[in-house]
Amino acid sequence: MNNDKIYMQAEAIDGLIGEMVQAIKTRLEVQQARDPVMIGIHTGGVWLAERLHKLLGIKQPLGTLDISFYRDDFTRIGMNPKVKPSQIPFEVEDRHIILVDDVLQTGRTIRAAMNEIFDYGRPASILLATLVERSGRELPIQPSVVGVRPPLTHEQQITLTGPDPLNLIIGTSKQETRGTS
Amino acid sequence: MSKPNIQLDSHGRLKHFLTIDGLKREMLTEILDTAESFTGVSERVVKKVPLLRGKTICNLFFENSTRTRTTFEVAAKRLSADVLNLNVGTSSTTKGETLLDTLRNLEAMHVDMFVIRHSDSGAAHFFASYAAPHISVINAGDGQHAHPTQAMLDMFTIRRHKGDFAGLRVAIVGDILHSRVARSQILALNTLGTSEVRVIAPRTLLPADTRSLGVHVFHDLEEGIRDVDVVIMLRLQKERMTGALLPSEHEYFQLYGLTEKRLRAAKPDAIVMHPGPINRGVEMDSQVADGPRSVILQQVSFGIAVRMAVMSMTMGTQAQGAAAR
Repeated sequence: MNNDKIYMQAEAIDGLIGEMVQAIKTRLEVQQARDPVMIGIHTGGVWLAERLHKLLGIKQPLGTLDISFYRDDFTRIGMNPKVKPSQIPFEVEDRHIILVDDVLQTGRTIRAAMNEIFDYGRPASILLATLVERSGRELPIQPSVVGVRPPLTHEQQITLTGPDPLNLIIGTSKQETRGTS
Repeated sequence: MSKPNIQLDSHGRLKHFLTIDGLKREMLTEILDTAESFTGVSERVVKKVPLLRGKTICNLFFENSTRTRTTFEVAAKRLSADVLNLNVGTSSTTKGETLLDTLRNLEAMHVDMFVIRHSDSGAAHFFASYAAPHISVINAGDGQHAHPTQAMLDMFTIRRHKGDFAGLRVAIVGDILHSRVARSQILALNTLGTSEVRVIAPRTLLPADTRSLGVHVFHDLEEGIRDVDVVIMLRLQKERMTGALLPSEHEYFQLYGLTEKRLRAAKPDAIVMHPGPINRGVEMDSQVADGPRSVILQQVSFGIAVRMAVMSMTMGTQAQGAAAR
């Protein structure tokens, strides 16, 4: 049943994170976005964001989002029993936000996250950084910075495990509880 | 085998919330954890999440209430649901409509959830039994039976201040006999593993079966609150008093009213709770009600988060493909 295999291990992922840091810096410069803040999406996005936040030396504390209250599939799958509080410890109004998630697939998580961010205020801009971008988009959402784009079939799932060490796992078994990324 | 709990769906999820009775500790903890994540919503600029958008929630109150009805209404609105408030005591039942007729008429208006308060014990259970399968029912107080959301907001308040329930000593003071709140609190406290639950009341305000509830009974206030971590004062339910259960309010205060002086018997960091509305000078002094150990207003705020949690959990069981995904 379980034929998960490791796609990428901690060291290689650290390498990707290093590249993402450079790419984010370049994007911020091009956009002339000063004093950015960062928000990670629970759970994998927060692990990744903690690392990026530190490497970029962002002064404001890291924000975290649990998008359970904004999902579009509540009427289909009900309440997530493990919902965590969202914590945005800074003003969102007029800030440049770096939004961080582990895997971008359908785009529905990012849609929900942006809706939630706008309930805190009107940001100046949002830059999307994901460790993995894969096929399967259902909404017109594109990442600004990506770590890796693995070629995956429709049946394959890629998941970030952590928080320490980080590993990227590819599985082909359908996981019932898994949401859409 | 006990008969299946009407509150749970076939996957063991909370479908209705009628009583604490029969719910496991894990379920109560899930309610508290979910409520914890909702507390942040009320502190934001936009105090609203889109979870129950397009759902219609009917507050069906056959008995007067301001605070409970209002907090249910606020909770529903912060979940983006549409809210119907019906105070039925003053409407159709006085014209002879039965409870079942009321239910069928509101069902015809495509209501998704009923929040019901009624002076008859079992009214919410009745609604849950006869309502269409997609409808969830929440008990907002039925007779002298149960008031589970009040109990859970009290548990939430205690957990916020004291952390774990193991090791806690909690005293409930006042009119236990008429109190659905006390019944639900005792069940919840024991389910969550509270070390000792005490009730303090005159003999005339205790039910005959008190000891079977798993509590220690005291008749003296100072003795009862000695070294407790939490003091829960109950409201003296004047409207439920028939017959001479009490000599007078004044005398009640002399014996059971909570004052600063009496509170000294409790632990130095003990918190004081009250489900409201307070009869000042009957159950407690204003000094205590407004004092540093009082968490009475926090109970009101937490009540919104707890009701949001229960509403979203029960409505989540209406999910179509829950098992299929």
